[in-house]
Amino acid sequence: MRLELRVRKSLGAFRLDAVLETDDDRVGLFGPSACGKSTIVGVLAGLIPPDEGRIAFGGETLFDRHAGIDVPPERRRIAVVSQRPHLFPHLDVKRNLLYGKHRRRGEGRSIPFDPVVEVLELGSLLDRRVHRLSGGERQRVALGRALLSGPRMILLDEPLSGLDDPLKYRIIPYLRNTFETFEVPFLFISHSVMEMRLLSRRVFTMENGRIVEETEPEDLAVRRMGTGGGPYTNLLRLSCPRRRDGLAIYRWGDAELAIASDAGPREKVFELPSGSIILMRGHPGAVSARNLLPCRVERLHDLGSRAGIELSCGKERLIAEVMRETARELEILPGISIYAAIKASAFREMF
Amino acid sequence: MFPFAPADLDAVLLSLKVGAAATLLSLPAGLAAAGTLVFSRFRGNTVLDVFVNLPLALPPVVVGYLLLLLMGDRGLLGPVLRAAGIRLVFTWKAAVAASMVVGFPLLVRAIRISMETIDRELIRVSRTLGATRVDAFFSVVLPLSFRGILAGSSLMFARSLGEFGATVLVAGNIPGVTQTLPLAIYDYASAPGGESAAAGLCAVSVVISVAVLFLHEGLARRSAGEV
Repeated sequence: MRLELRVRKSLGAFRLDAVLETDDDRVGLFGPSACGKSTIVGVLAGLIPPDEGRIAFGGETLFDRHAGIDVPPERRRIAVVSQRPHLFPHLDVKRNLLYGKHRRRGEGRSIPFDPVVEVLELGSLLDRRVHRLSGGERQRVALGRALLSGPRMILLDEPLSGLDDPLKYRIIPYLRNTFETFEVPFLFISHSVMEMRLLSRRVFTMENGRIVEETEPEDLAVRRMGTGGGPYTNLLRLSCPRRRDGLAIYRWGDAELAIASDAGPREKVFELPSGSIILMRGHPGAVSARNLLPCRVERLHDLGSRAGIELSCGKERLIAEVMRETARELEILPGISIYAAIKASAFREMF
Repeated sequence: MFPFAPADLDAVLLSLKVGAAATLLSLPAGLAAAGTLVFSRFRGNTVLDVFVNLPLALPPVVVGYLLLLLMGDRGLLGPVLRAAGIRLVFTWKAAVAASMVVGFPLLVRAIRISMETIDRELIRVSRTLGATRVDAFFSVVLPLSFRGILAGSSLMFARSLGEFGATVLVAGNIPGVTQTLPLAIYDYASAPGGESAAAGLCAVSVVISVAVLFLHEGLARRSAGEV
């Protein structure tokens, strides 16, 4: 659905002056903390009135200063899931989930209760008081509650920031499943490039209250490789492995990857740090790494003392990071053929 | 046991009735006042705050006298009340009115304190889930300030049981009609030979107050266990 936002808002010394237009249903809003991302959430949900501008979603004007339109939050049907789940403490899980559903007044989509409970695996929690839930469970209830209100869009305001990595990677599949199953558009707000890559399809980057660029999440990750965002991590979505010698063998483009994992047939997402790929100009003959992939160098990225080498392997892409000196000595240039050696244990299963 | 005259029993029952009526009748306005003071950014809030708390600072006799000026036959509201066929002054209803005014600040204060502790984000979340302002007040604010409402109501009820100064001016001290427990004690204590009856009623007063406080504690504990 089309989202058009063009707003100005001054809050003390902070000035928001943002323009965002998109037709995508999985949009990311990326930026450092205090750059105005949460103000955009408030403005979209109808909780913060802009000083000026216009907001339209799905063909309906939600706010227009000149026309004097300001649709109140309860009629916008834009649900918010934020870092803290904000469950109602006086209601049990089931009544939290149904809070928005009971207030739909026939507007928007009716999303049925049982499938939501099933997708988010909330069945055993329904009668529980919310203070007896774990952090991940609370976040799932908050997501279910937002979904059941039949929203036209869900704003995910740093929903994963309060969670540690293992928990985060357990929640992400729920988020992905949820949005795939129920097809609700979302705007996902985060300062993590990795989260952007895992959840969104189109990313708007914010800086100091302004939206400065629109990219694909992969491009964002590549672009930010050298700028303090830590080393680049390759993400591989793989499914249906064969088993051989205790390893999972996945098809990956034209090649096969041997991964130390006991993963089942479901799609898995693995991360592969760019620094754990070893590059060789010629075939090494014998190598201890289980994976030896013939690749082509596509591009070189200057990362200061290091170099990011973008490789293509059939239709697939990988980025390896080596010292700049190494790249010079090996005469790595775009267009040359090269071998990438990867140990089976270098892949980490995310979810 | 202490010898109780029938009029003493009337005084006890009347006190309970006046306290309960004053508390229940004040609750809607108390909730509205507390809600306004906590959640609205209305400019007159300071004035409202002072006005709500004024009876706490004024001597009850002054409150009673002002009520008399307001509700008396020749008072400001006199013609309106007369037209409506309502007579307040020197009836038990006047005692209710006196208790309402005197106890109101205590009610509002307790509700307000509990409303101030509510996480505002919960209210915002309820709005994005489809609740109107009024709905959010009833479905989120009210249940979450339950302990404050309880505390305010018990305080106000207890205050009503002890109300003397304003009551004696607007309702008088008519045994069996407007004589509440404190007025009956006053009568006994100021008449020769009434000491034992006064002491008896004082004991009753202590028992009622202790019971109210225990009830309040018990309910508060139960609601704390739920939330």
